[in-house]
Amino acid sequence: MATIAMGHAGAEAAYAGKRGLWSWITTVDHKRIGILYGVTAFLFFLLGGVEALLLRWQLGAPDKTFLSPEVYNQLFTMHGTTMIFLGVMPLSAMFFNYFIPLQIGARDVAFPRLNAYSYWVFLFGGLVLNASFLFNAAPDMGWFAYANLTSRQYSPGLNVDFWIIGLQILGIASLAAAVNFFVTIINLRAPGMKMMRMPMFVWMSLITQVLLLLAFPIITVALVLLMLDRNFGTHFFVPSGGGDPVLWQHLFWLFGHPEVYILILPAFGVVSEILPVFSRKPLFGYAAMVFSGCFIAFLGFGVWSHHMFSTGMGPMADTVFSLGTMLIAIPTGVKIFNWIGTVWGGSIQFKTPMYFALGFVAMFIIGGLSGVMHASPPADLQQTDSYFIVAHFHYVLFGGSIFALTAGAYYWFPKMTGRMLSEALGKVHFWLMFLGFNLTFAPMHILGLNGMPRRVYTYSADMGFGFWNAVETAGSLILGLSFLVFIVNILKTLRRGAVAPADPWHGATLEWSIPSPPQEWNFAVEPTVEGRDPLWELQRTRGALPEPTRVSGKGIHLPSPSYWPIVTAFGTALTLVGFLMHVTLGVIVAGVAITMLGIFAWAFEPADH
Amino acid sequence: MDAQAATHEHAHPKPILYLKVALILFVMTALEVLAFEVSHRPGAPMHDLVAPLLNEILIILSACKFALVAMFYMHLKQDSKIFAGLFIFPLIIATVIIGALLLLFAYLRMLHPTA
Amino acid sequence: MAHATAHAMHPPTATGLDTRKLAIWTFIGSECLFFATLISNYLVFKGKSLVGPLPHEASQCVLHGQMTTCEPIFEIPLVTFGTAVLLFSSFFVVLALNGAQHGNRKRLIGWLSATVVCGLFFIGMQVYEFRHFYHKGLGFTTNLFGSSFYTLTGFHGTHVTIGVIWLATLLVLAIRGKIPAEKSLNLELAALYWHFVDVVWIVIFPVVYLMR
Repeated sequence: MATIAMGHAGAEAAYAGKRGLWSWITTVDHKRIGILYGVTAFLFFLLGGVEALLLRWQLGAPDKTFLSPEVYNQLFTMHGTTMIFLGVMPLSAMFFNYFIPLQIGARDVAFPRLNAYSYWVFLFGGLVLNASFLFNAAPDMGWFAYANLTSRQYSPGLNVDFWIIGLQILGIASLAAAVNFFVTIINLRAPGMKMMRMPMFVWMSLITQVLLLLAFPIITVALVLLMLDRNFGTHFFVPSGGGDPVLWQHLFWLFGHPEVYILILPAFGVVSEILPVFSRKPLFGYAAMVFSGCFIAFLGFGVWSHHMFSTGMGPMADTVFSLGTMLIAIPTGVKIFNWIGTVWGGSIQFKTPMYFALGFVAMFIIGGLSGVMHASPPADLQQTDSYFIVAHFHYVLFGGSIFALTAGAYYWFPKMTGRMLSEALGKVHFWLMFLGFNLTFAPMHILGLNGMPRRVYTYSADMGFGFWNAVETAGSLILGLSFLVFIVNILKTLRRGAVAPADPWHGATLEWSIPSPPQEWNFAVEPTVEGRDPLWELQRTRGALPEPTRVSGKGIHLPSPSYWPIVTAFGTALTLVGFLMHVTLGVIVAGVAITMLGIFAWAFEPADH
Repeated sequence: MDAQAATHEHAHPKPILYLKVALILFVMTALEVLAFEVSHRPGAPMHDLVAPLLNEILIILSACKFALVAMFYMHLKQDSKIFAGLFIFPLIIATVIIGALLLLFAYLRMLHPTA
Repeated sequence: MAHATAHAMHPPTATGLDTRKLAIWTFIGSECLFFATLISNYLVFKGKSLVGPLPHEASQCVLHGQMTTCEPIFEIPLVTFGTAVLLFSSFFVVLALNGAQHGNRKRLIGWLSATVVCGLFFIGMQVYEFRHFYHKGLGFTTNLFGSSFYTLTGFHGTHVTIGVIWLATLLVLAIRGKIPAEKSLNLELAALYWHFVDVVWIVIFPVVYLMR
């Protein structure tokens, strides 16, 4: 390995305030920011889970009055919004943050302070969104907020406004992070790490950043137009003023469809890391995996109206979007076959990460199959707005994203914390989750085709929906239990779990070549990469590698901590909150002032202090 | 950074080129406005030629201006193709989206003609 | 900002390109979608206003249920002049950057000042235009044309304003001698943003003001 020592002569690695709250508030270290994302996202995920359990309790039997329709609407809207924007996306961000720099052999991301800024904006956005509960005005119009239910006339309260402002704040976090990770992957790769040698997780993350960069501006505009309609008297989506509610659906789904690929591609990446390691075989068809990922992303911009087959676009439009949707199944299928090809003939290590990764493949296939069924407009006219759709997206988002992210959590936990999670508890977690998940969501296929509509707070006994709903509710309780097992596993392990070596799984990628957890600077010496699966490459020529030692870090220069990111993030959030209730000019002016102060101070902050 | 400064030096066009580009942009803008004025005056010379093609003429002229600013002022002609790719790919997606929305809403417009 | 000496010791990047320049282009790419959506919104609602004032069609102007002839609301000469000013401001910032790259402080300050002045003029023209339209009866909520017009050009104007602030800050730095040749990238980043803002106007001008 080449030994290019990185650093500025004479500068000590300065880690003043490594401990304590202030060190977390001012951190610009990608690993710490990753942990911040992970913990915050997991808490929001649990909140979204509680919301789901409440929904399931209400639906467990016919004609229940546990939740009023108004509360029910708030809970299902918040469940969806939370799981997507405050759950899956930031959980993925945890892995982007922690592992992209490690896997490409870098010391940090391209813009460490911008990275911190993104986290704080995300936190503030999540808090604003959930603050709506305090006003008894949680969003209640579905996570997709169709017009003109969202007009001031039909939604007079603050519910929609909280959703608009919350999502705008979150969008800024996503865009800033996307610029950061995109540039990091393109420009900060270690010598020898050509694009076609990058780990598949890095590839899928790169494609995800591109989707974020292209899709989020669209929802930003859509949210602005909706806010203008509600607070400033425009009529973009209001028919009485000449506007068109269907335009909202187009703009929303132009964002929304790429968004679902944003939710699944990182999961694809994680699974593409785990399956090879636990099959002791390289990923099958690396190039095909890269190109299919690119193709999925590109095509993903051409299929948005498959969410709108029932809006009367006409046969021409229906056909185009139907064909595009069916076409996307092809690169997706390529990936699935390549995952199977990876495992085929391998030496399977049945550890917890592998269980969840294999579970992902199986569950995602099911979700993908129901998805292809929706691609046919005549079939979809029966399926749309029924539980059949709910089944589909939970199979791909839970069976897909969550299973994969959980696999990633078990896989990477030792690296992040230096401790090994309990295999026994991990397997209990898996089986409970697998059982609970399928009990909860499989019957939804049946209920949907039998006519149970979505977004209903109850159903009457003579509909015949009672039995399967009861099964689903029982399943959801088992699912909840599985997460308790996970939390117990994590807490027990953090307290006194087995110490983890640098490379507990015999991994292929660079993160396994440094201590667990890594030292602040990641690599004492910048690695040089000679091929894909660099660690396996190295072990092929040199045999087993010794356990890496912890070094002093003298002479390694790292970006200094800073409080300007959190200040600027606060200013950003405050500015947008000023638009929450019509226009509160004072708040907006204060927000803009704080933001500008933060930006200027940040820009002129000395690099070393 | 040193390597970049070097490429910057020898690939650096002279300021006179930028002046030429500025003048061409000015002339093209004048042509756009001229096309507009001509198509709004039925008696004007070339009216019958220009009026039905006004939108097409404007699209072509503005596309040329766009390309000139991108290639010369934004330096894409001399710079790495990566920068051009970072600009062109989103532009393609943007154009497809604008086109698709126009198509979708033009159909609806045919069903419900407006004044 | 990093010290001048730090530049020479920055590790080489995987592409050989400057990381900040890569970032500004990435941001610009993303902004293309932002303006594309706003432009789509304008085009989708073009011709669909229920009441006037309308951009061009004078003879069909309807006010309060009575057919009346009224003038088209656009003042093409003024906007054309503003367009030309913005175009020339792009030229000026290129000259300013050229000055910075050659360490010519006078050229840098002179042309950068001209750029800022042009930017301010453009904003002034927009403000005047908005007020003029408002007096002629085109409010933000009067009709779809007003709503989509003010939203599109308003967001563009906001971007111009941010650009002016950015360039003005750099101008102050330049006057204080803080933009030597090694730091010319700082201006180049702002200049790229400024050109983008100009390029968006190159699209908005014909689409909004000239097209049928």
